Amino acid sequence: MRTNEEMFKELDEFIEEVNYDEKELIAILHRAQSIFGYLPMVVQSHIAKKLKINVSKVFGVVTFYSFFTMVPKGEFVISICLGTACFVRGSDKILERVEEILQIKNGETTPDGKFSITTLRCVGACGLAPVMTINDKTYGNITPEDVDAILAKY
Amino acid sequence: MCKKINSKDELMNLYENVKDLLELRKTEIEEPEKYHISVCGGTGCTSSSSLKIVEALKHWAKEYNVEDKVEISITGCFGFCERGPIVKIFPDHVFYTKVTEDEAERIIRRHICNHDIIHHLLYKNEQGERVFKQENINFYKKQERIALRNCGLINPEIIAETIANKGYLALSKVLFEMTPEQVIEEITKSGLRGRGGAGFPTGLKWKFAKSSIKKPKYVICNADEGDPGAFMDRSILEGDPHSVLEAMAICGYAIGANEGEIYIRAEYPLAVNRLKIAIKQATELGLLGDNILGTDFSFHINIKYGAGAFVCGEETALIHSIEGKRGEPTLKPPFPAVKGLYGKPTNVNNVETWANVPYIILEGAENFANMGTDKSKGTKVFALAGKINNVGLVEVPMGTTLREIIYDIGGGIKNGKKFKAVQTGGPSGGCLSEKDLDTPIDYDNLVEKGSMMGSGGMIVLDEDDCMVNIAKFYLEFTVEESCGKCTPCRVGNMRMLEILNKITDGEATLEDLEVLETLALTIQDSALCALGQSSPNPVLSTLKEFKDEYIAHIVEKRCPAGSCKKLVNYRIIKENCLGCGMCARNCPVNAIYKTDETGKNPRLNAYAIDSEKCIKCGTCVGKCPAKPKAIVK
Repeated sequence: MRTNEEMFKELDEFIEEVNYDEKELIAILHRAQSIFGYLPMVVQSHIAKKLKINVSKVFGVVTFYSFFTMVPKGEFVISICLGTACFVRGSDKILERVEEILQIKNGETTPDGKFSITTLRCVGACGLAPVMTINDKTYGNITPEDVDAILAKY
Repeated sequence: MCKKINSKDELMNLYENVKDLLELRKTEIEEPEKYHISVCGGTGCTSSSSLKIVEALKHWAKEYNVEDKVEISITGCFGFCERGPIVKIFPDHVFYTKVTEDEAERIIRRHICNHDIIHHLLYKNEQGERVFKQENINFYKKQERIALRNCGLINPEIIAETIANKGYLALSKVLFEMTPEQVIEEITKSGLRGRGGAGFPTGLKWKFAKSSIKKPKYVICNADEGDPGAFMDRSILEGDPHSVLEAMAICGYAIGANEGEIYIRAEYPLAVNRLKIAIKQATELGLLGDNILGTDFSFHINIKYGAGAFVCGEETALIHSIEGKRGEPTLKPPFPAVKGLYGKPTNVNNVETWANVPYIILEGAENFANMGTDKSKGTKVFALAGKINNVGLVEVPMGTTLREIIYDIGGGIKNGKKFKAVQTGGPSGGCLSEKDLDTPIDYDNLVEKGSMMGSGGMIVLDEDDCMVNIAKFYLEFTVEESCGKCTPCRVGNMRMLEILNKITDGEATLEDLEVLETLALTIQDSALCALGQSSPNPVLSTLKEFKDEYIAHIVEKRCPAGSCKKLVNYRIIKENCLGCGMCARNCPVNAIYKTDETGKNPRLNAYAIDSEKCIKCGTCVGKCPAKPKAIVK
């Protein structure tokens, strides 16, 4: 685990690399999220200060794009594809089953910080629909009944 | 290979030198001396561990001491995702489907060492016959690959293979033989229209950008593929990144721009990576960067990341996002051609549009215009998905009918169900019904039918799909993705969604239906950008074709497709019940109990469902082993 100081140092280096350019805000937020795992208020105000812009501007961008998150994600991020191809092949039922097993809703993280559930729109593997990914591993052609066994592996 | 190319002749020399790289892949020989194995490295196949297959093949080639007899590489998407991972063997052109890591040993031992074809890996057609070659598979017979010409042929991470298939020769032709005006004239003559959705003539767009006097100018590649269920742009970028880079440089030369930006979703890591490799290789060779091919034309390309916002596919929103702002659209005019990125003239085209440009320059506008219909020229790539046998990426000439795509190429509906509708154009498009199956597909015909081309998503629906629910699905998407800037889209779509929820819950009245329609038409007329204006399309088109389904939900409180949970009741037909108890054991809420009467089996009691407790999850239907099923909706 890195210290807070080290993480902020890495972020500052990146901001310097892009010349404190406001136009690079989205790139900076991408980097910040990969360093911290999420974008808490302290990180947002830090970025605003460095770029000499209002923190409301940073907040406005963070909340606009679905890729950015202000809550920390679990160790294993379960993403269920709700693209049309997966939806018509029953991915909504997969989502329900995952929510039922983990006792959390879409967008939430389990209290022990192990799992988060998110949904996404099209992984690009429509031939395998419905698709669920856990971190980098893809599970295709799954049924609600398969979910128990898949989650048990983690 | 890293020496900078400084003239047209040097590029032609390089082309002559590397041409042979593809020789094995372009000729056809049975039982050859040397083989080339191409493994699909697209997103669908890599999700099924195709990269491990490459490693395993290399491992076994070494074990069997045939490393000098076989080349093994990854390539771009073959399109036949349903049967992935795909492995194609050259030069005998044998096409293996659903290959696993474990088959690698067999492929090397039998096919490479002994010229022995492995039958169980061949595609089995509808008649149950094994098909040896790609071109004999029905899925490929009616396809015409222009935008996807390099996907499945070259290794996208090796620039020499791109050049071997005439990559960057179009750029050289433009720089040395054509004036910017001639380039624009050629693109205009080809009849190429924007493949991102709206179908604006590309040549005209370039002309506008050229006629703007302000400098500097910018060229943007829109790779923010947001339509849920479309993955053609991603496949092109993954399988053939250089064609896009080359086309952007050609446009830069034509309109007088020296800077290009590729705006791509951060969710596409593989495509981003391949683009980065491609830009680096092209710059090292002097095909991008300063003084391209020794001329005074310079062109630089940067990658900018999106962050997941559907509206950023709209060009003004996209431009704001590149500037680091919220991706909200602005009213047009002024068009980006006049006032775009950083307030300067900008030309934005979509990935697939770019991929067509080098072909048009090299093969001539007429060859391109010979394909397609009167007003829509060339080909279109569709992402065929949903309830269809052959899910995948298909490229067909404009004017091909839906029937040809769904039945001849797509192999018909999955599990022998009945076709109900096909949705084109994603959240901005609409649903077409059976009577539209013979309509030739082009931009104008689709709009006339209440749908649109969109980026090319094509989702096939069967009798089990509730059309109200499908309309709701798309509207949920739009509500989530609406940027909130204009009221019709922000509030109007929310109200529409509320009415649709009432309908699928069986609580709506016929007045609600009228309000729904009025709202839809109002939003169409009053929203600020294309996202808002087109957002009611899924509702309006289903209302047009499937109004009876809406009425059934409202008046009879019944979902004809049996998919809306609140309107469905599960029950067990006693006469079909085997009494096995599978349903009861798997019911998550213990809503199934044993009755006192016997069912089909005279020695076992039948089961029944307590509808009060039932949560309508449908698990019992899946578990019931009886034929016909004892549990029905």
